[in-house]
Amino acid sequence: MHIDKTHRRAYNIEPNMCWECYSCVKACPQNAIDVRGYADFAPLGHSVRVLREEAKATISWRLKFRDGREKNFVSPIRTTPWGSIKGPAEYDAPRPEDFAKQELAHEPEALKISGGLPALRPEQLKQGLV
Amino acid sequence: MFTHNPFAALGDLLPPVVMQVYIVIMIVLVAAGTVFDIVHKGSARYFLNNWRKTKSKHVDGGELVSIAVKTAVVDVLASGEFCNARRRIAHLLTMYGFLLYVISTAVMVFSYSTASIWPQLWWLGGLMILVGGYWFWFFIRADVAAEGNSPFRVMHADLFILSLLGSVTLGLIWAFLQTSASSGASAFFGLYVIATTLLFASVPWSKFAHMFFKPAAAFEKRVSYANGTRSNLPGPADKPEQFGSARTAPRHY
Repeated sequence: MHIDKTHRRAYNIEPNMCWECYSCVKACPQNAIDVRGYADFAPLGHSVRVLREEAKATISWRLKFRDGREKNFVSPIRTTPWGSIKGPAEYDAPRPEDFAKQELAHEPEALKISGGLPALRPEQLKQGLV
Repeated sequence: MFTHNPFAALGDLLPPVVMQVYIVIMIVLVAAGTVFDIVHKGSARYFLNNWRKTKSKHVDGGELVSIAVKTAVVDVLASGEFCNARRRIAHLLTMYGFLLYVISTAVMVFSYSTASIWPQLWWLGGLMILVGGYWFWFFIRADVAAEGNSPFRVMHADLFILSLLGSVTLGLIWAFLQTSASSGASAFFGLYVIATTLLFASVPWSKFAHMFFKPAAAFEKRVSYANGTRSNLPGPADKPEQFGSARTAPRHY
């Protein structure tokens, strides 16, 4: 989303690259973004609106079809309270030697596996097969 | 300086009636510009269509009054729609500063009051606009804070804030120069009038009219929540918060 130069309102600068994941729709605190749903679940003339409630850890959907039918769904979206997970910026920056390792950033600590990632040692491999 | 009516000294340059007629013309321009904006953008038609859609579920008169009071107190007087505290403070400073500035200007021009309270309110209002406006312009607005553009990149959407800041900045400089009997006062007064005319005459092309549209939109939104239509948004989830995976261990072995 970018800011429109005339009206200073947010707009999608690449609508052909938008795959309608609704991330921006869910995140907008004023519910100001409206996106049409895919035609396979909501034919033209519909309304698909979403409400994310962070304190309840739920996301609610309301679909109104053009013939007046309405469908409502509520789904849990978290297994931990909102804001309880450390953001990437709160971790230390990787050291240069970390880039040569097989692990991803902050592994294995972030995976909470004591003793590191399980891996086969060379002597555990059957000789002659590799 | 702060207790002196800057418009009273204009009597030598301009008859009082000229400034009074100028203010009336500015009021007419704002009214005409807002009506033009409403017709051009179809705002009234959009508002009435939404209102008609939400009429299916009745909201009684008492509740409507309560919603109107809430809109006035929360959305208008306290700028309740802002989630960002800095934006909200900057908006409140600019909004209340503008009200003080405009009202005290009108009083000083029409009554040529010598009471010291009006010039003090005029200066206070002007300084509040400058603090809120320049804070917004250089540090808060999305172009600069989120998109990393230069604060000196100007575009059509900036017409309102720039003409407002220009008008107030030039007005305060003119008042200061006039008090110190500087020779540049007349030149700054001319620039002040040009910037002020731009501010009030550009209503159809700027966001000046948001001060009329926003309360109407906030009221309509609150009514739609009260009658359950909620602009098609789902209602609050009735599920209790439940953290942790809902999956259970399989029991089929």
